[in-house]
Amino acid sequence: MYGNDFAPEEDAPGGGLLGQVEAAEVALREAAARTREAAPAPGEDPAAYFADVIDADQKIEPRDWMPDAYRRTLVRQIAQHAHSEIIGMQPEGNWISRAPSLKRKAILLAKVQDEAGHGLYLYAAAETLGVSRDELVELLLDGRQKYSSIFNYPTLTWADVGAIGWLVDGAAIVNQVPLCRCSYGPYARAMIRVCKEESFHQRQGFEILHTLSHGTPAQRAMAQDALDRWWYPSLAMFGPPDGDSTHSAQSMAWKIKRFSNDELRQRFVDMCVQQAEILGLTIPDPDLRWNDERQAYDFTQPDYDELMRVIKGEGPCNRQRMEHRRRAHADGAWVREAATAYAAKQRAESQREKVAA
Amino acid sequence: MSAPSEPPRVPVTSPLWEVFVRARRGLSHTHVGSLHAPDAELALHNARDLYTRRQEGVSIWVVPAGAIIASSPDEKDSFFDPAADKVYRHPTFYEVPDGVDHL
Amino acid sequence: MNGPFEFALALGDDALVAAQRLGEWATRAPEMEEDIALANIALDQLGAARLLLSYAGELEGAGRDEDALAFLRDDREFRNCLLVELPNGDFAMSMVKLLLLSAYQVPLYTALAGCADERLAAIGAKARKESAYHLDHSALWVKRLGDGTDESHRRAQAAVDQLWPYHHELFTADPAAPVDPATLRADFDAVVSPVLAEATLTRPATGWTPGGGRDGVHTEHLSFLLAEMQVLHRAHPGAQW
Ligand SMILES: [Fe+2]
Ligand SMILES: [Fe+2]
Repeated sequence: MYGNDFAPEEDAPGGGLLGQVEAAEVALREAAARTREAAPAPGEDPAAYFADVIDADQKIEPRDWMPDAYRRTLVRQIAQHAHSEIIGMQPEGNWISRAPSLKRKAILLAKVQDEAGHGLYLYAAAETLGVSRDELVELLLDGRQKYSSIFNYPTLTWADVGAIGWLVDGAAIVNQVPLCRCSYGPYARAMIRVCKEESFHQRQGFEILHTLSHGTPAQRAMAQDALDRWWYPSLAMFGPPDGDSTHSAQSMAWKIKRFSNDELRQRFVDMCVQQAEILGLTIPDPDLRWNDERQAYDFTQPDYDELMRVIKGEGPCNRQRMEHRRRAHADGAWVREAATAYAAKQRAESQREKVAA
Repeated sequence: MSAPSEPPRVPVTSPLWEVFVRARRGLSHTHVGSLHAPDAELALHNARDLYTRRQEGVSIWVVPAGAIIASSPDEKDSFFDPAADKVYRHPTFYEVPDGVDHL
Repeated sequence: MNGPFEFALALGDDALVAAQRLGEWATRAPEMEEDIALANIALDQLGAARLLLSYAGELEGAGRDEDALAFLRDDREFRNCLLVELPNGDFAMSMVKLLLLSAYQVPLYTALAGCADERLAAIGAKARKESAYHLDHSALWVKRLGDGTDESHRRAQAAVDQLWPYHHELFTADPAAPVDPATLRADFDAVVSPVLAEATLTRPATGWTPGGGRDGVHTEHLSFLLAEMQVLHRAHPGAQW
C-alpha cells in the first residue's frame, strides 16, 4: 500500500509528509552513489541504457538520451505544474491587502511569494529539456497549456485562504511527494525543494482554519462555508478517475508518475478526515465512512463533469485569472525591454573600454 | 482582413544564469538551479531572493556562459541576514494540535 | 512628532503603508523574479512596522498592540509621510518611490542603531541592513529604467517629477525626536544624486513641498488604502485571527 515504503512516520522529522520528502532525498543520494557508467558504452544502444537507468531507480539527467515521448511528457507536465504555481498566486494574493492581522499578512505574503519561487524552480527544470521559459509562458498566455483547475474557483472570504492552504496545498503535497522520486533528475530535485516549502503552506492554512473554527460563531461559519466550497474541487485536483486517465500507464512505466489518480485521492481523503475532526469542521459528504475491509474511507467522488467544464474554461474565474496574467505580462514588457537595452549598453560600453585600453 | 493593430512588441529574452550557493561556511558552492536576468547584477539580486529566502546560503555565484560572478563578502550582511527573522517560513513555526498526523 | 511614542508611530506607519503598497504588486510584477523581490521588500517593511508599532504601543501604555494600532486607527490618526501612501502607479513610479524612501530609511535606521533607547537601537540595527538592500535594489532599477529605452526614460523621469516634491517632508526638523530627521538630509543627497545622474534623470525645478502626514493630514489616497486594509479586521470586533 502507498506510503509504507517510507520511514515510519513517528520517527520522521517534521511530521509524516516532510519525512517522506526527506526519505526521497536520501534515496536520490543513494541512487546517485550506486555505480553506473556516466554514459552508454560505445556501440551500446542508448535506449537500453535509458531503460537500465530507469529500472535501477536512478535519475535521467538533462543531456542523456531519452525517448521523444518521455521528453514531451515531462515538458508538458512540468510546464503545467509551473503554470499552476504562478496562476495559483492569484486566489490568495487577493487577500494580502485585507489580511486581518499583521502577522497573517506577513505569512500570506511569504506564502504567495513562495509560489512564485516554485513556478521559477519548475520553469528552470523544464528548460533543462530544451524549451525556453518564454515559449512556455507564451503557451500559457495563449491558452494552449493549462494550469490546475482548482485556481479557477474564487476566494470569497478569509477562510478560503485557510482552506487553500490546508486542502489545496495539502492535495498538492500528496501529489508531489511521489514526484520527489520521479525518474527525471531536475524535476525530482525541484520537487524536493518545493515539497519542503509546501509543508509550511499546509500548516499555515490549517492554523487559520483552526483559529477560525475555535473563534466567534461568525468565524466558525466562515470556516465551514470554506470547507463546503473547497472540498470537492480539492478532490478533483487528482484528476479524472483511473479508468478515464489517458497518460497514466506510460508515465508509470517511466517512473514519472508513481501512483494512480485514485490511489492519491484516497490517500488524501484518509488523511483529511482526522484533521477535519480536530478542526471541528464537517466534511460535506454524508457518505463518508470508514471501510474496515478496505482499511480506507469510502467517500463521494467529485463531480467530474464539473471538472471537465472548468478545464474547458467554464469555471467561475478562468477568464479573470488569464486576463490578470496577460495584463501583468503585457504591462511589464517595457520594463523587460529597458533592462535588456541597459544590459546591451553596458556591454557595448565595456567593449569600448577594452578597445581603448 | 485584419484590423489595424499596434506593432507587436519584440519579445525580449533575458539570458539564463546558473546559481551556486554556499550553504554554510566550510562547504563548497553547490548548484541550486537557474534563473533569468538581463545582467549579472540583477541575476545576483534574483538569486538571493529566489534561492536564499530561508537562509539557505552565505554566498552566491551566478554563472552565465563562461563567466562566474560571486556576491562580494562585504555585502553579506544586507544580503543574507534579513531572512533570519522570517521564522514563519519554516513549518516548525506552526503549532499543530496534538494528534494531527500527515501535516 | 517629538516624543519616542510619536516617533516610533511615525516610522512604523511609514513602514506599514509602504508594505501595503508594495504588497499590491504581488502577482503583478513586470517579471516573475521581480514579484519575489518586491514581496521580500514588502516583508521587510512589514517586519519593521510590526516592531515599531508594538514598541509604540508599549510606550503609549494604553494597551494597544500592533494590530490595534494598524487596524483600529483612522487616517487622521496615521502619522506616515505622504510619499508612501501615493498610489503605486507604474513600475518606474514604484521604484523611484522606493529609492527616495530607502535613501531616507538607511541613514535614519543607522542613526537609530546608535541612539540611547535600546529598543529603538535594536530595531534600527536590524532594519538598516534590510533598507540597504532596498536601496540597492531600487537604485539598480532606477538606473536601468532611466538609461534603458526611450519609453522607460520617459516613465522614470515622469516618476521623479511627480514624486520629488514629496521627499522634503521626510526631513522636517524635529530636534526633540530620538533622531532629528533634518540631520539625515546630507546622507540622502549623497546617495540619491549620483543614482539620478547615472540614470540620466533630472530633478524637477519646483518649490512645491507637500507635507502634513506627520500631523495626520494626508492625501485622499490614504483613506482608501486603510479602508481595504482594515475592512476584515473591523468587521469582527475583538476576534482572534
Ligand atoms: Fe507551490
Ligand atoms: Fe503552496
